Amino acid sequence: MSRRARLAMFAIAGPGLAVVMLIGMHGMPAFGHYHGVYGLLIDKIEVPERHATDLVTALNFDIRAFDTLGEEFILFASVAGVALLLRKLRHEREARRRRGIEDHSFAGASAGLQVASLYLIPLLIALGCYIVVHGALTPGGGFQGGIVLAAGPLAILLAGRYFAMKRLAPEWMLEASEAIGAAGYALIGVAGLIIAGVYLKNFLPLGTPAMLLSAGMMPINSVAVGLEVTGAFLVVWTEFLDQELFVERDGGDRA
Amino acid sequence: MSFLPYVIAAWLLLVGLYGVVSSTNLIRTVLSLTIVQSSTYLVLLGVGYRTGGKAPIVADIPTSSKLVDPVVQVLVLTDVVIEATVTALLLALVVQAHKRFGSIRPADLRALRD
Repeated sequence: MSRRARLAMFAIAGPGLAVVMLIGMHGMPAFGHYHGVYGLLIDKIEVPERHATDLVTALNFDIRAFDTLGEEFILFASVAGVALLLRKLRHEREARRRRGIEDHSFAGASAGLQVASLYLIPLLIALGCYIVVHGALTPGGGFQGGIVLAAGPLAILLAGRYFAMKRLAPEWMLEASEAIGAAGYALIGVAGLIIAGVYLKNFLPLGTPAMLLSAGMMPINSVAVGLEVTGAFLVVWTEFLDQELFVERDGGDRA
Repeated sequence: MSFLPYVIAAWLLLVGLYGVVSSTNLIRTVLSLTIVQSSTYLVLLGVGYRTGGKAPIVADIPTSSKLVDPVVQVLVLTDVVIEATVTALLLALVVQAHKRFGSIRPADLRALRD
């Protein structure tokens, strides 16, 4: 369909959709007038029954833990899809080492940015670990902390040392981290099935609220998810960067 | 105005869809899709908000405080993670489309014949 035809269709369908949505909003409770019961129930029973002070993490890793299992495997499948799409194609080869890559620096990256990035690496990794393990206490958890952790090795790239990043976090390690995280979460669920009788049910002592080791299996689930997210995002980034830096074509326009 | 968050969500949805429809660049198409998705965050968080409610973290406020709905916040968290990875997947498709057709204009992508 040409762009003109698409725009013509949107000129009719867009306003139509807007009208339908406005009619739909008319029946919604006004903003701030919350009408759910589930959320109110969680607000009331979560701390006495689960001992986590972060209700979002308690939902994520315990009350709706099964939902998170599905989310984890969507993440896993999309990363596998990225790796599959960016694989080496028939007419491509990987240059092992191209001149200038070791000192690959972004256009305009100053010496100051490079030094600052090096200082950022330990800080990012420490902050990431903190966010992962404190998920049940303060805002955070495996998903959020995993992204911060993944940014640590990425700062090595900002410092202009992509090969050093690949040495610190080689691909097999990233893939293993992702796989162990995903499998670990599923296996914690199996442990719940064996010990507590229900898949992903908590089987550990709940401890004192607001202590680091409390809220049962939430910290362990959080660490498993953190491992998976760190591995997953680093795999995605290295796939894209390898594509740009290493993959060469044997000639001809078509790959 | 008590419906403003929902109206803004609807506006984001329409603006994102317009971006997808009018796009002449596949990367812009992918970014427009993320705008469409961001409208769902606004709807979810708007539905769960209670006037005067605090964030559902009771680490340093009494557990009896008035809190907003944590369930929708978990849904938004899921949404954000999925959006990030699906965007990566779509951008990988754009990379391959560029390799195959030498262009990222949707009009240049013909049927999969060679």
